[in-house]
Amino acid sequence: MTEDRIARFEKRREEYRKLSDEQLKARFWDLCNELMAPVVDLARTHTSPSIERSILLRMGIDSLTAHGVVDRIYQAGLLGKGAGHVLLKLAEKRGCDVRAAAAAIMEDQDVLAGLFGEVRK
Amino acid sequence: MTTPVPLDPQKKMDVDEILQDLETYRPRRKGWVWRKKPAGGIRMGPFHYRDMSEPLKNSIGLPASKYFDHIDPQPAPVVTTEIASGRFEDDLRRMRMAAWHGADHLMVIRTTGQSHIDGLMEGTPEGVGGVPITRKQIRASRKACDLIEEEVGRPINFHSYVSGVAGPEVAVLFAEEGVNGAHQDPQYNVLYRNINMYRSFVDAAEAKRVMASADIFQIDGAHNANATAKAGWLVMPELLVQHGINCAYSLAAGMPRELIGLSTVPPNAPPAPKLWYDLPYAVALRDFFSDFKMRAQQNTRYIESDIEEAIRTHTVDTLISMLTSADIQSTITPDEGRNVPWHYNNIRGVQTVKQTWAALDGIKEMLSLRMDGPLGEMVRDIKERAVAFLEEVLEVGGYFAAVEQGFFVDSAMYPERSGDGIARNGQGGVGADSIVPRDPDYMAPVCAHFGENHLPEGLDKPCDPIGGCTLCKPEKIVYIDELDPEDSANRRLEKTLPYRKGNLIRPEVEWAGDGMVLLQLTIPESEPYAREAALEIARRMGLEDPQVINLMVLHPAEGCFLEVKGRVTFDVDRTTLKIPPKVELLPEDELREEVKKIGLRVVAATVGEDEHSVGLREILDIKHGGIEKYGVKYHYLGTSVPISKLVDAAIETGAHAILISTIISHNDIHRMQMRKLAELCQEKGIRDRIILIAGGTQVTPDMAAETGLDATFGRGTKGHHVVDAMIKTLRARGQL
Repeated sequence: MTEDRIARFEKRREEYRKLSDEQLKARFWDLCNELMAPVVDLARTHTSPSIERSILLRMGIDSLTAHGVVDRIYQAGLLGKGAGHVLLKLAEKRGCDVRAAAAAIMEDQDVLAGLFGEVRK
Repeated sequence: MTTPVPLDPQKKMDVDEILQDLETYRPRRKGWVWRKKPAGGIRMGPFHYRDMSEPLKNSIGLPASKYFDHIDPQPAPVVTTEIASGRFEDDLRRMRMAAWHGADHLMVIRTTGQSHIDGLMEGTPEGVGGVPITRKQIRASRKACDLIEEEVGRPINFHSYVSGVAGPEVAVLFAEEGVNGAHQDPQYNVLYRNINMYRSFVDAAEAKRVMASADIFQIDGAHNANATAKAGWLVMPELLVQHGINCAYSLAAGMPRELIGLSTVPPNAPPAPKLWYDLPYAVALRDFFSDFKMRAQQNTRYIESDIEEAIRTHTVDTLISMLTSADIQSTITPDEGRNVPWHYNNIRGVQTVKQTWAALDGIKEMLSLRMDGPLGEMVRDIKERAVAFLEEVLEVGGYFAAVEQGFFVDSAMYPERSGDGIARNGQGGVGADSIVPRDPDYMAPVCAHFGENHLPEGLDKPCDPIGGCTLCKPEKIVYIDELDPEDSANRRLEKTLPYRKGNLIRPEVEWAGDGMVLLQLTIPESEPYAREAALEIARRMGLEDPQVINLMVLHPAEGCFLEVKGRVTFDVDRTTLKIPPKVELLPEDELREEVKKIGLRVVAATVGEDEHSVGLREILDIKHGGIEKYGVKYHYLGTSVPISKLVDAAIETGAHAILISTIISHNDIHRMQMRKLAELCQEKGIRDRIILIAGGTQVTPDMAAETGLDATFGRGTKGHHVVDAMIKTLRARGQL
């Protein structure tokens, strides 16, 4: 296996000999971008508890509440909606601001039920 | 918000005041700042500098600067020092000291384990090996930096880490609070912190986007590979790959190139032939990454307890920066290998850069790198290996697959493998299985968000639905002061109050009142005996918890040099200290006039069996600013002159004064000579009309009274001091 790898490396090297410094550099960056493209896609289409907490912070929710709220939203299977989205929706429904909506979730996470129609448990 | 009182260079920073009114404090500015380097160079004192930035308003130059009109040239790159003792409130004073010596990038290391805390920390608990990064800690530190930058006259970049499992939240915290620079590299989490790879990369895109929104400069984490791999100098192709991954990913996340920095360390250290590894690596890196910034770090991989060894390696590291390029020159505290860095070692690290940069200013105008020899071949070799590395990563199925197969931090030179690379499981690590796909109606109503976001149509800003986010309306930020008032800066400050504001004095290297001192000893014994003897000596000197922190064998049998740290357990009361009055010298012109009026003449010699004449010549000769410059006529009798001969010569020539120099202090010979001079003049009946002055390296001003002379001088004395003393003596006697 290792010898095989070394042989392939030597073969690649033969190919690189034909490249100028600029071409080699361009190849390096093409490969870096190619390597990261699926990772960037993963990031674009996924979220995480920390991302959602960071969104609540930006919405003026303190860090302790943000933590509790995101945990509850995660448990309720609603993280894919976006925690900020959930707060906004609840605030609209209750006619309150997002801080009051966050407090309501902390008090009773059942307020999340049915917020987006059927909720998976 | 109340405006804090500017710092007074003559007064200690009031840490208690910094901690007041934090709930309403806002940073004065945001974003990274580079030094200003005038295009045509800079004139300072008698010199023209080519690669220096604008000088500071207040600073302390290198020790030798006193010979050069106290100039303190500031290198072109930003200069970094890392400060994190575990108690940030004590670090603020060290930041001020470092800024005065030329640091403008202050990096705060996080407390052990913070990267695994899934959320933000709050308050000011004590840290271990670093500081818990919290809103209060950052706000207070940035407030101190705001004051310090005003005092020294140059912006301070405050820096910490956006890594770990709470990266996006930390990034928001930093953006809100005006942190200027941060490490962010998802690979670091994966390889060194065992955070789940998918979580780390998903989080990183958001964190990078947030950082970019606040102009926070990013430094990657690739340098950790050469600090971790067994043979750090062999991982060079991989380092290029790691830098490339983070740069490509950062650009894709929306970070502009000018905010992206590479953390790069010359990987080797003497006794290795350092240049043959470090220079080709530095050149290859700067070729491939010409669009990005270079943060050149000094090597720490092979440094243990010897401070001087560290500094010598760091000097060569700085030379490599100068031969290639550095936008930021980072320093390593030279004591990092033996303890949590001490105050003065931050200063030493900064001085290494300042001294090297001044010495080699403009080196590239005189020397250039020869690429048509081995250097060019080695540069090309590293690049080809890096490109091949990337091709193989793609071949095995991409980045995550390669991490699972242990491609990274293998200690062999690619394509060789030692099989000791760090392999991680995609289903494992901290935060495994915690990322969630975004639903088709996913929404985040805030600015600086990365990726899919289905906001209502027709908005000016993403945060319109909530009437503005904290990045647009900072008044919405929620400040939490303390979670545990018992483990807080205020509680710790109460204990150190007598040292900070009272009359008690205790030495410190890390924290107020820590009492730490360092002993240096040479013990003429073999290592085991030298070690135990040093500890015993320290104990008998009253030091608590003595530890040998450095031992250098001078010879296996003849002896060892040792450094022992320990704590003193007593305080000194400043009200009991007698401070010698500072002598105000008469102006030079006034002295010249008086000398002329009286026709001042002196006889001078080195006395006893003493051939040291340099010091006395400096006091006499016009060339060195000696008394001749003020019009004093002198009669120099030479070296090893008997006292009686001097006194006779004084009588014969009608001299107003006798100046003796006495360097040898063995058996108190210097004091004896001084006393003898006074006694002989008394005997000869000339004491009341002659001025008697002695000088020497072991002589102190208070010896005059003790030996019966008119004035005595030690190190650093100039002709000005001596003429001043003679004129003042004459005036006091009514002879002028």
